[in-house]
Amino acid sequence: MLERLKAPLAGAESAAERYDWDALVQDDRVHRLIYTDPAIFELEMTHIFGAVWVYLGHESQIPKNDDFITVRLGRRPIILLRDSNGKIRALFNRCTHRGTTLCRKERGSARFFQCPYHGWSFLNTGKLRAVPWPEGYACDFKEAKYNVAQVPRVESYRGFIFATLNSDAPSVSEYLGAITKPIDEWLDRQPGGKIAVCEANRLRYKGNWKLAYDNSGDGYHVVFSHRSLLEMENRQADVANKGMSYYKGSPDNAPMYMAYMGHGHHFKDKRPAIEKRAGGLWAVEGPHPGMEHYAQSLRQRFGTKAEEILDLASSEPVNINVFPNFSLLGNHIQVFEPVSVDETNVTWYGTAVVDEEGVLGGAVDEINALRMRTQEQFPNFGEVDDLANFEEIQRGLACLEDDWVYMHRGLGIPGRVRTDENGIIVAPATDEAFMREYIKEWKRLMKTSPNLSVQREP
Amino acid sequence: MQLKHDPSVSSYYVNDALYQELVDSFSDWQRDELAIEDTAERGLFRALIEREARLLDQLRFDDWLAMYAPEFIYWVPGTPEAGDPRREIAISFDDRRRMEDRIYRLRTGYAWSQAPKSRTVRMISNVEVFATEHSTIRMVRSNYLISEFRVDGTRFLSGWCGHRFVRDADAWRIRVRQVNLIDCDQNLRNPSIII
Repeated sequence: MLERLKAPLAGAESAAERYDWDALVQDDRVHRLIYTDPAIFELEMTHIFGAVWVYLGHESQIPKNDDFITVRLGRRPIILLRDSNGKIRALFNRCTHRGTTLCRKERGSARFFQCPYHGWSFLNTGKLRAVPWPEGYACDFKEAKYNVAQVPRVESYRGFIFATLNSDAPSVSEYLGAITKPIDEWLDRQPGGKIAVCEANRLRYKGNWKLAYDNSGDGYHVVFSHRSLLEMENRQADVANKGMSYYKGSPDNAPMYMAYMGHGHHFKDKRPAIEKRAGGLWAVEGPHPGMEHYAQSLRQRFGTKAEEILDLASSEPVNINVFPNFSLLGNHIQVFEPVSVDETNVTWYGTAVVDEEGVLGGAVDEINALRMRTQEQFPNFGEVDDLANFEEIQRGLACLEDDWVYMHRGLGIPGRVRTDENGIIVAPATDEAFMREYIKEWKRLMKTSPNLSVQREP
Repeated sequence: MQLKHDPSVSSYYVNDALYQELVDSFSDWQRDELAIEDTAERGLFRALIEREARLLDQLRFDDWLAMYAPEFIYWVPGTPEAGDPRREIAISFDDRRRMEDRIYRLRTGYAWSQAPKSRTVRMISNVEVFATEHSTIRMVRSNYLISEFRVDGTRFLSGWCGHRFVRDADAWRIRVRQVNLIDCDQNLRNPSIII
């Protein structure tokens, strides 16, 4: 049974009508209000973080039946679990009775959840299991309305779990569309096309979540915002080509490019900037603990085959961005989590190679030992500078009378931005085409009354 | 002692043996039977880590690095149980070269997350010293509170440290510092100082 969410959201509909969205989001610029207005943020919690597919977690975080982790869908606390029959569900972490959260742990295993307040208990399918002293109630507890509310659509794409409250949403594959190809390539460079999620570098900043999505394909900022990182990574290099050095010089003439792929998703492909050979990625990886020891050990054991193995420890030079909250970049899964209009969590999950078939000849532990260290690099020495710049945007936007945030780089130059035969918009690496396109999709969603529901039958 | 490789230039010493030493020496080390009661010795180690705290507050990085063994690890685990860094990402896991990179970055003037720089005061307390199976290795536990002012207010980083000191010819030097923030597995705002 799906409950359509009606009357309480009528207020939200008229709030959406209060805004002239076409004035706020124009072809070349957006109004500061989209980052600073608490009422727009509230609308996003339904119109964006409810209406479209939102990333919740990875199947490797809940590998066995009855495993759970607690996450958020927008601001809603969610128990993401694999039920006793193996089905993945996203339960509202909210007791049907009086609203308290059922699960107070961040991860674990449970066949049922018992509420700490009045002892109501629920199977991990969401079904009400038992109520203390039920003879004190006149109602029929077999009614579905007493089951825990759960998200009606929960689907995985190759291990990445997405969820939406819009029961009419297309499948996740359709929603992802053309960006499934870069996702597939990102996975398939690992043996078996699999990764396991590792715990993370967890950051947060005092700024709106869209500042991070605006940055997610931004090639223009790299040599300025990350100047200290580029200098640091290259200070002892024989050749100053470590890290994102390919952004130096004339990045718009480089073979890397950006591609907008619809539904708000976009892809920055920096792989053409790297030498296409085994060891090509390893050659530009910056200094990190253990690299000389493990490279020597692997080369002694595997000869020239060590080079392609070492590439697995190196950062894959892509930014794969799935609207609104999911990014694959380097070897990381990056998740953006809106907390309030001016607070955002940014979590950089690491990933490990899983070599079930043993194709790496026993090298998997060593490669992961290096991969843990390479993954610490950007959050420690790069991301923090971007987040400082985002916080300073939020401060600068307090200038009420300075309305506009510009996104017009590349716009209006003949022949610079092209649309290919599949409708994918391709532009040079520093262009802002991806921002203009995703924010158009954001605007469309904010104008559209979302059709949201929760599911009560398991 | 002459090292085969300069740890400021290359990272040969971070190998399986070192990782295993970290996991072993930072498990179950605060045992009552290993606690050192001698007040002079406890005072000596307290003075060392208090000096370390002052040097970091004063951003005297070269003097601070001189307190460390040539081959050292600075380890800020991302989980409260501080498991195996071969399988987990840490908040920070620096060998000497990475720490020297970190300091280099902070000195470029382009590290926006530390421009302006934080002002800090570190408070050290609850210092305990523990023996190990080697007379030239001591483990020290301490609690700390860093008050950090930057831009829009003062915040606190709280946790406990495990120092692994080794005695060389003339001094006790730090081989490992493990920094355990009480909120290590939560989303942190601008963790860009050396904790």
